[in-house]
Formats: sequence, structure tokens, C-alpha cells
Amino acid sequence: MAAQKWSFKMTPVRMVMLALAALAVAIAIYRLATGLGTTTNLNDQWPWGLWIGFDVLTGVALAGGGYSTALLVHIMHINKFNVIARSAMLTSMLGYLLVMVGLFLDIGQWFNFWRPFVSWGYHSVLFEVFWCVSLYTMIQVIEFGEIATEKVAKSWHKPIKRIMPVLLILGVLLPTMHQSSLGGLYIIEVGKLHPLWWSPLIPLFFMMSSFFVGPAMVTIETTLAGKALGHHVENSILRSLVRIAGSLMVIYLALRIIDLANRSALGYVFAGGLESNMFLLEMVAGVIIPIIIAFSPWSASRSGLVTFGVLTASGVVINRMNVVFTGMYQALGPGYFPSWMEWAVTIGLVCGAVLAYLFIAENFNILGNHEEHEPA
Amino acid sequence: MLSKSVLVDLTRCTGCKACQTACKQWNDLPATFPEFDNNLTFPSKTDGNTYTIVEHRVTEKDGQDVMRFAKTQCLHCLEPACVSACFAKALQKTPEGPIVYYSNLCVGCRYCMLACPFGVPKFEWDEVFPLIAKCQYCFDPNGKYDRVGHGQQPACVDTCPNGTLIFGEREDMLKEAWQRINGDAKYVKHVYGEKEAGGTNWLYISDVPFEAFGFRTNITEKPLPEYTHEYLKWTPPLIATWGGLLTLMYFYTKRRSDVAKDDSKDIGV
Ligand code: SF4
Ligand code: SF4
Repeated sequence: MAAQKWSFKMTPVRMVMLALAALAVAIAIYRLATGLGTTTNLNDQWPWGLWIGFDVLTGVALAGGGYSTALLVHIMHINKFNVIARSAMLTSMLGYLLVMVGLFLDIGQWFNFWRPFVSWGYHSVLFEVFWCVSLYTMIQVIEFGEIATEKVAKSWHKPIKRIMPVLLILGVLLPTMHQSSLGGLYIIEVGKLHPLWWSPLIPLFFMMSSFFVGPAMVTIETTLAGKALGHHVENSILRSLVRIAGSLMVIYLALRIIDLANRSALGYVFAGGLESNMFLLEMVAGVIIPIIIAFSPWSASRSGLVTFGVLTASGVVINRMNVVFTGMYQALGPGYFPSWMEWAVTIGLVCGAVLAYLFIAENFNILGNHEEHEPA
Repeated sequence: MLSKSVLVDLTRCTGCKACQTACKQWNDLPATFPEFDNNLTFPSKTDGNTYTIVEHRVTEKDGQDVMRFAKTQCLHCLEPACVSACFAKALQKTPEGPIVYYSNLCVGCRYCMLACPFGVPKFEWDEVFPLIAKCQYCFDPNGKYDRVGHGQQPACVDTCPNGTLIFGEREDMLKEAWQRINGDAKYVKHVYGEKEAGGTNWLYISDVPFEAFGFRTNITEKPLPEYTHEYLKWTPPLIATWGGLLTLMYFYTKRRSDVAKDDSKDIGV
């Protein structure tokens, strides 16, 4: 191995992102020092807002690429997907770190964040979410240790490699649990969350969507990385990944329709109004069209793959937003729109994560495949 | 099951807000300068410093405009959604009935606010380290705000000059409620809190529909924690089967791919 060298090219875009991230850090400190009332527009009617809705609920879903790839590559050993394994897991780890920061900023008694580790409210879905997300984030950091120790603290590489199987299995088990539990949080909103989204099956829907959004994110990410970092993944590999997602989306679509029919809620779909329109947008643009793309000849080309990726990821974002905001609107009423500081923190956190990704991708062996060789 | 209840007979309430003031005084809650909203309601909703308010509403009864008043606060559910939602056990149900908040355990996640079917828990948004605020039923066994633990009535009940609020065993309160309803045709035939969300310890009777005060009347009668339990009970079997399956798959497919690799060296990519 070559001697340690660190590099980080500064471009104008990266400067802007750095500035945005710095702004987010400043606001975060201000928030921790002065409270939530001074920084957010949250109120007694809308106790959860952008930070929980986007940074946490949506962030965890979009980071689902980590465990879906891990399942395919490391558990099922489908070797052709090796090339994307490391970058997908890196995105996922950064996503979860971002989620942890978002959560930490959102809780009122932040110095008390560790309480549920000792005071067990095990009857709460949030308890499962809290444990699984914290453990999984930790596991991902150790998993990343396998990559990091190729370059730094090399003596740790062997021991980490030895426990990798356990980490990998837990690394699929834990996210399966908490991805569904994030949906499970909303079961108690029975009678408040609109019937288009409230369902006893909402945990299953959250889990499935977090799984199929994985390939979508991988497609977007490898295309961006291909441009920025000269990393190229063959279309055929992405296409078979996208088709796995597409098949799952067919089942998902069918289940959601059957579920609506079972609860006699199908009538709401075309009832008009905010809820119906947002639901249709979510299902048509975010599920049905991507399915068609995945199984059409278009998905052989990069543009088809990227369109699939963008639509599917947007569909999942819209779904989470619909659960947190649209679906709760009738019950909670108007009265919340995120403050500029809430937006700034959310945007800055994402910028920070992108910069971290670029730094790590340029300095560690991420984009090469799993076999030992020098980074391209 | 023995549990302490309050029966609120809205036909007796004159809207004097003595209970609201008594609650502030007993619990050392700061007051603010009044800005009336919704007729003479102030503040318009309970908040981080206000456990209870008396809502003033003009509504129609037998073709005439009438004024009616409703004291609102935590209903102290028999099977509280908030308690089941709290992942730090900061909200707990006491055997006597009151649902009590232990602020030292609270993380400030506000899931309880979303879980409560009556929108009761409020947050001290203006504080640097905000806490949840809700009626504690004057129950504070080891603290200075206790009344019920000493065998007294809650401060509001004690203060009401009109006998709108009466305090006793839930069974007796329910019996009394139905006796009044059946003995006088003016009452709506509904004890609010008898079945809502599995039943609550605050029970209301009224001569105008409860919707007039914005009470939610479409609440499920099944206790909310049961919904969550029906999902969470799958966690252990799911961990066992999915975890086992993953382990099996891991070793089975690893062996298969190792064998394949031996056969032809370039299968990896
Ligand atoms: S009314 Fe709400 S806050 Fe009060 S016990 Fe019931 S669920 Fe908890
Ligand atoms: S805000 Fe506090 S009391 Fe409410 S659920 Fe969270 S930890 Fe529990």
C-alpha cells in the first residue's frame, strides 16, 4: 500500500456546500443553546415537523440502499453486485449519522438522549426504533472500519474482518426491524392519520419501500459518482438491480390496493382534494411509472435507469411526507410551515453528508470493488 | 377495577373559571395577561403553563342561542396511549388511576403529544429545555403538589362552586351519570369518556352535543395501546426467523460462491 495521502479538491460547488454546512452547524449550536421555540415553527398542534419528517423518517428510508445492497451482496452473495456494495454502504452510514444528528437536534431534553437505554419503555414503537437505529449506526461505523483500516490503524483490520459476518447479518436484521417500526410509529394515529395512509400494514409498507428505494438511490449515486469521480458501473448490473426493485414494487402496489379495498378506503383515491391528489402523485409518479420503466427496454439505457431512480426516490420522499404532513392535516389543522432555520439545518446537513461522501470516496477504496486492488 | 374518576356535568357549569385558576395556583403555573379568544375562552388552548381551560361556546339548543362551558384537561385514560408511546417511561399509569409525568426521565421527543387521541400533552416551547405539560390529577406522591395521594380531591373539584365536578370511584360516577341522563330528558344520551379510547377517568355529561366544544366523537373504543401491541408482538418471532434465515442464507450462498470461484477464477465481477 502506498503511504498515507489525503486529498480533497476544492471546487466552487463544494465551497457553496461547505458554507451551507457551516451555516447549519451555527444554527444547530444556536438551537441547542436557546431551545426549539426560537429556531423552529413547531407548536402544540404540530409537535413533529421538517426535522423528524424529512431528516429522520425520510433520511432513514433513503439510506435503505445500505441494507438492501448488503442483503444481495453479503448475505445472498450475488457477486455481480460487488461493485456497488461499498458506495451503497457508505451512503447509508452517512445517512444514518445525519439522522442521528437530526434526532439529537429535535429532542427537547438533548442531554437526556440516552435515557431510553436505561429506562425501558418497551411498549413503545419508538423504543424499538431508538435501539435499532442506534445499534445499526454503530454497526455501520464498525463495518466502515473494515474499509478505513486498509489505510489507517491497519492493525485493526484483521479483528474487524473476523467479526464481519456477525456485523453483516445484524446489519440486515436491524434495519429490517426499524424500517418497519418507523411506519409502526403511526399505528397509534388511528383515527387521525388519513385512511389513505393509516393501515395496520403501514410497517410492512415502510419496510418494502425502504428496500426498493435502495436500488433507486444506488442508480442515482453511481451516476453522480461516475461524473464526479470517474467511477463507472455497467448499465446491465444496474438494470438487474432495478428489476429486483421493480418486482418488489409490483407486490407493494398490489398490497396497497388490496389493503385499501379491505378497509373500504378505495373511495378516497379518486375523491379529489389534497389527500387524494397527493396519494395519486405518490403512487403514479413514484410507483407505477417506475415499474413500467424497469420492465421496458428503456431501462437498458442510463437515462432510463436514472429516471427510474429519481422517480422512485421522489415517490418514497412524497410517501413519508404524506404520512407526516398531508395525512395528518385534517386532524391537526393548518398552522405549521418550517422556519428558515429548519430548512437551513436540513439542507446544510445533507450538504455536509455529500462532502463527507466525496472526501471518503476520494481517500479510501470505496468505488473499486470488494477485491483488493488500488483505487482507480 | 377501582380507579378515581371525576364526573363533569356541563349543565351545571357557569363558566366562572375558578377551577382553571385553582389549578394554576396549586401547581405554581405562571399566568399571562388575558387575550380572549372564542367568546370568553382564555387561553384558547391548554399550553405549557396551563393544564386546564374552560371553553366558552355559544351554541344552539331548541332553536335558541345558549352559552355552554366545558372544562378540558387530560382525561386520564384507563389504557393511556401516551404511556404506551413513551419510550423512556416518563409517563406512567398509577394504580389509583392518574397518569403521571416524571420529567427527569423525559427525552422531549413529543411522541406522546402525537399519540394522545385527545391532543392533551403540551410542550414548553419557550424553554431552552422544554418539558411536557399536562394535568397530573393533583397526584404527586413524593412531591409537594399532591392532593389525591393524601385522600383529598383535586384542586379544581374542590374549588368548583356549582357542583359541576364530583370526585369518586369510577363505577359510582358512571352510575350517577346515567341516573342523571335517564332522569332528565334534556341530557344527551352519551357519557363522554365511558367508552372513548377504551374508557377514561374523566366523564362528561351534557345537554348539548359534545361536538359543540370540539370534543372528538369518532374515537375508537378499542384502547389505543392494543393497536401498537398487535404490531409489536411480532417483533421477537420476526427477529428469530428473519435472523435465522439470514444466517442460513449467508453460509449457504457463501459456500456456493466460494465453490464457484474455485471453478473459474473470474466469476467475481
Ligand atoms: S387523555 Fe391523553 S394525555 Fe391524558 S391519559 Fe389519555 S392519552 Fe394520556
Ligand atoms: S416527550 Fe417525554 S414524555 Fe413524551 S413520549 Fe417523549 S420522552 Fe415520553
